[in-house]
Amino acid sequence: MSYFGNIAKGIKTLLTGMSVTGKYFLHSRKGAITQEYPDNRETLKMFDRFRGEVVMPHDENNEHTCTGCQKCEIACPNGTIEIIWDRQLDPETGKKKKMIDQHIYHLGMCTMCGLCIEACPTDAILWAQNFENSVYDRSYLTKVLNKPGSKVKAGIED
Amino acid sequence: MNISLSITNTIYELLLGFLPEGYEGVANIGAMVVIALIYLIIFAVAGLYLVLLERKIAAWFQLRIGPNRVGWWGLLQTMADALKLVSKELTGTERADKFLYNLAPYFVIVSALMALAVFPFTQEFQAFDINIGVLFLMAISSIGVIGILLGGWSSNNKFALIGAMRSGVQTISYELSVGLSLLTMVLITGSLQLSEIVEVQKSGWLIVQGHIPAVIAFMIYMIAGTAETNRAPFDLVEAESELGAGFHTEYSGMKFAYFFLAEFINMFIIAAIAATIFFGGWLSPFGITESIPLLGVVWFLGKTLVIVFLMMWFRWTFPRLRIDQLLTLEWKYLLPLNLLNLVLMALIVWLNLTIQF
Repeated sequence: MSYFGNIAKGIKTLLTGMSVTGKYFLHSRKGAITQEYPDNRETLKMFDRFRGEVVMPHDENNEHTCTGCQKCEIACPNGTIEIIWDRQLDPETGKKKKMIDQHIYHLGMCTMCGLCIEACPTDAILWAQNFENSVYDRSYLTKVLNKPGSKVKAGIED
Repeated sequence: MNISLSITNTIYELLLGFLPEGYEGVANIGAMVVIALIYLIIFAVAGLYLVLLERKIAAWFQLRIGPNRVGWWGLLQTMADALKLVSKELTGTERADKFLYNLAPYFVIVSALMALAVFPFTQEFQAFDINIGVLFLMAISSIGVIGILLGGWSSNNKFALIGAMRSGVQTISYELSVGLSLLTMVLITGSLQLSEIVEVQKSGWLIVQGHIPAVIAFMIYMIAGTAETNRAPFDLVEAESELGAGFHTEYSGMKFAYFFLAEFINMFIIAAIAATIFFGGWLSPFGITESIPLLGVVWFLGKTLVIVFLMMWFRWTFPRLRIDQLLTLEWKYLLPLNLLNLVLMALIVWLNLTIQF
């Protein structure tokens, strides 16, 4: 390329770059992506794929869908999930059935890999979007996911 | 207050009124000290606000908000930063050359502040009107590099040394382009005195008077001026990704703040030179506010800030040059173009082809 062609091309590309950033500058008031976090705590909405902590959703009858199959416990690479279960008499059928007593989740050990949620056959555990997980003692990080007195939803094992 | 007098004379006469007969020398020195103090305070604060402006503009270019916590709209942010830096410990490396290490920041900041003396902020509102104003500016602005070289050399740190050596290469090369592009404009004015240069522009700003070669000279001046202040895209001196913080890696507290402040005052100076020489200094466009001489300050600062914004725009747009690209740009492109441009401008002035209103 010729000497003067180089100069012209240089100026042209510099101006192209400046027009790109100039557009950003002009639209910065509307397009600002900064979250002013502690101030907008009420309106702040985390994105769907954010991995905050594992929760077990319960419906209005205090029923969850965890059958106690322990697939999540096996899938977990570092022993974050512990399931305490026993065989109890099912009041409807009168047969002995595996039921969870406590679904224990150690948030302090969790690496947020998500393998437990992928492994769960009944979608009993899900990701929550909360992130304010700091506590004063690490024993608070051990959580029991099923609420006291909850039971498995009928028909989920079929 | 009679603003039409030169400020040096005003303060000199004020002091002469206080002092008894036969103390003219004391009054003279007193006036100088007062003016130096005023300039020091105004430009220390102005430098701090330029830092804030830079941070805000950087934020807007990157779709962020920028500092907005300290004071309304973040206006006290840099003040708080300066207070923090004043209160910090001054550290240094163990085997640094202590004398030179402590001297270096003063070289940088003093040369930056000295250059401010010659700018005409408005008619006669000028601390030091010498007939070689442009030459003085050029000379002073190249003293600053000594401070950078000393700082890098004496801190006994290889990153600092590499940064300082790069700064030497860069500033000495680009000094040439700044000088030649200003010389191109001096061909029209026929004077190096800054007040005289502004006076000439009453019949059209120099960038209009000199048309094509003036625009080329302005572009070369902006490129070389950005390189002179060691700012991105020519910030090889600091090059955060390669050299830590470059020549001021080992500095802390107020000594670091001097380097930082000097960079921003230098940017203001480069912009102010451009405003004075290419865009008519304190002159209003088409003389719309000629009857109110005080408004000249507003026009001068307005033009300067527009050029400062342009330099910030460069900083947040262009990627950093490599050292060989830097030298290629100067020696193979800017310098030959500048010499050609000088001849072109000489022809235009000789043939009376300048545009004058």
